[in-house]
Amino acid sequence: MSQADETAVLATRSAPAAPPAPAVRRLWTLGLFRSELTTTFRRWRTLALLGVLAGVPVLVGIAVKIETSDGGVGRGGGGGGAGPAFIAQITNNGLFLVFTSLAATLPFFLPMAIGVIAGDAIAGEANAGTLRYLLVAPAGRTRLLLTKYATTMAFCLVATLVVAVSALTVGALLFPLGELTTISGTRIGMGEGLLRALLIALVVAASLTGVAALGLFVSTLTNSGIAAMATTVGLLITVQILDQIPQLHAIQPYFFSHYWLSFADLMREPVYWDDLTRNLGIQAVYAAVFGSAAWARFTAKDITA
Amino acid sequence: MAPYESGNTSAEGPGAAAEVEDLRAGRRRAARYVVPVAVVGVAAATIGLVPALADSGDPDLPKISAQELIEKIAASDVQQLSGTVKISTDLGLPSLGGVAGSFAPGGGPSGDDSGSSADPQAKLMELASGTHTLRVAADGPDKQKLSVLDDAAEYSLIRNGDEVWAYDSASNEAYHATGAEHAEKGDKAVPEDVPATPKELAEEALKAADDTTSVTVDGTAQVAGRDAYKLLIKPKQSGSTVGAISVAVDAKTGTPLKFTLTPASGGAAVVDAGFTKVDFAKPAASTFDFSPPKGAKVTESDELTAQESQEFQDKAPKSGEELEEGLSGLKVIGEGWNAIATFEMPGGQGLPSAGSGDAAPEAQQLLDALGDKVSGKFGSGTVFSTRLVNALVTDDGKVYAGAVTKDALVKAADAAK
Repeated sequence: MSQADETAVLATRSAPAAPPAPAVRRLWTLGLFRSELTTTFRRWRTLALLGVLAGVPVLVGIAVKIETSDGGVGRGGGGGGAGPAFIAQITNNGLFLVFTSLAATLPFFLPMAIGVIAGDAIAGEANAGTLRYLLVAPAGRTRLLLTKYATTMAFCLVATLVVAVSALTVGALLFPLGELTTISGTRIGMGEGLLRALLIALVVAASLTGVAALGLFVSTLTNSGIAAMATTVGLLITVQILDQIPQLHAIQPYFFSHYWLSFADLMREPVYWDDLTRNLGIQAVYAAVFGSAAWARFTAKDITA
Repeated sequence: MAPYESGNTSAEGPGAAAEVEDLRAGRRRAARYVVPVAVVGVAAATIGLVPALADSGDPDLPKISAQELIEKIAASDVQQLSGTVKISTDLGLPSLGGVAGSFAPGGGPSGDDSGSSADPQAKLMELASGTHTLRVAADGPDKQKLSVLDDAAEYSLIRNGDEVWAYDSASNEAYHATGAEHAEKGDKAVPEDVPATPKELAEEALKAADDTTSVTVDGTAQVAGRDAYKLLIKPKQSGSTVGAISVAVDAKTGTPLKFTLTPASGGAAVVDAGFTKVDFAKPAASTFDFSPPKGAKVTESDELTAQESQEFQDKAPKSGEELEEGLSGLKVIGEGWNAIATFEMPGGQGLPSAGSGDAAPEAQQLLDALGDKVSGKFGSGTVFSTRLVNALVTDDGKVYAGAVTKDALVKAADAAK
């Protein structure tokens, strides 16, 4: 972060703290949240992350278009089942690009971006020396932590929607849209397809809440933003690797990433809810455990920076 | 002394107080970590206890005899149902997936460019190993749907009247067959290759019930949220590898809901198939409507190339006869559970042995590693075993196979000499 950036951050930080209005505490909380949001989304690194995420569907879309433009009936990978889910259907319906892009980004790109934002939440402030200024304001540590978590969740949603909207745009530009076939073989109209795409995006965003809470907890442990980000992303990769080892199948259902791809079950007819509810339950448990651990750590911590 | 004392205390006072304060603060800090620990505890307790609580208490149902229960199954005329089936198969084979595909008659996917991944026979063989989630729906005798739920993909086999469709969403390929003959075949492919629904499994098991078998009612159970009787089928003869077959039958409708086959050697069930959800309402009509999505590769069953279609004709419909001809003289020794099939290896030769030099040494080693050498009055041979089926291949080219123990196979071979 450059010097100018920091001053800018400080300026934004001091803005809500300057007119302290304890009479309207509720509004004040929202003010803190709003200032956090603008601070987060104005950072170049946030915009760069979102840019990378928006680029994935473009790459996938163009790759599929090029591969199928000369061959007529083209299929991704040839063997069937190779490549991310739904890739075989993209040429016939651009809406499938949304699902493919989410399936491609969910295992790594999306949680990595969340890890960066969540890991930076507390440790980054401490690193930049802005944490104590934040705490000087009579907001309280619990509320600051909640605000930080809310901001990270907002980023989860925005990041997912960026992927989905970019994929929908690219899909609409390069491929035909229209009635689509669910993976169960039944047909649904375009309107319902869009509705399901939105639902899937929401489920994907919710799937990231566990890793966001984990990142926030790691962030309260250290004063180095980089260390917190690296630890979060490292944990994510470790869990993803462990999830692939068949000998560990007994504990795999408890990994936060184990049911991530269950969002595809929303494309079945009727929807298969078992894994979806399991996924959301796991995310809720991770959010509760690491959220309260972060609270325990952050409210008891000596703030030295 | 008193002033000194007091002076001392007053001097010490703030320090001690601060220490106490520190200690308290420390404790308060530590106390905060109780919250996440408690959350973990509650979550673990919920995960551990809720299924246990839900399982507890078998339903209280009026007593019923085995005969009445079987009649109930036979009288059951459930035409409409939909539900989710979980099927786990553990035959004790390393991995059937790829190997089984090449065994499937009528063209497996291996090395066959024009073969479709939506071909039902190849796909259904995959069910023979591992755990799978299936969805079944039925509306009368003409409309059935069977879906195999994969990760982010689904394989559906749909029968609507005399149209049979199979659709593999992972590769976006469809397989189509029409007409009575094919429809029948498509229909038969399910129970014959791998019995997929509990009902079909139970029927298979009950067919075998005669004086060699003990059939009892073994209490009640809850399956898919419904009260059910448990029918226990056990071989009376010794020597079978089948330990017991348990069928849970819905108390109201008589529909078999769960099928479990445990081996005599103990351990996990060889086959465990049961509904996890079941609904006896009429499934939506759209469930059985299928038209291939735009751009999907559709393989018509009669669109195969001439040669392949010839092969198809030769192999698929008459595979039983052909097998019999090819494997000169298929005979069945024994009856009931201890039935042993015996036939000659094609060409009338045994497995290549180490000395014969007609097999690569590596292949020979592999064969030896897979089977156990046995010898008896019949000579010597190799036993290949799984958890359910054992096969004895003698050195002079005879094969004995059945769901019986190794000793029973050797005895049968001795007796045949």
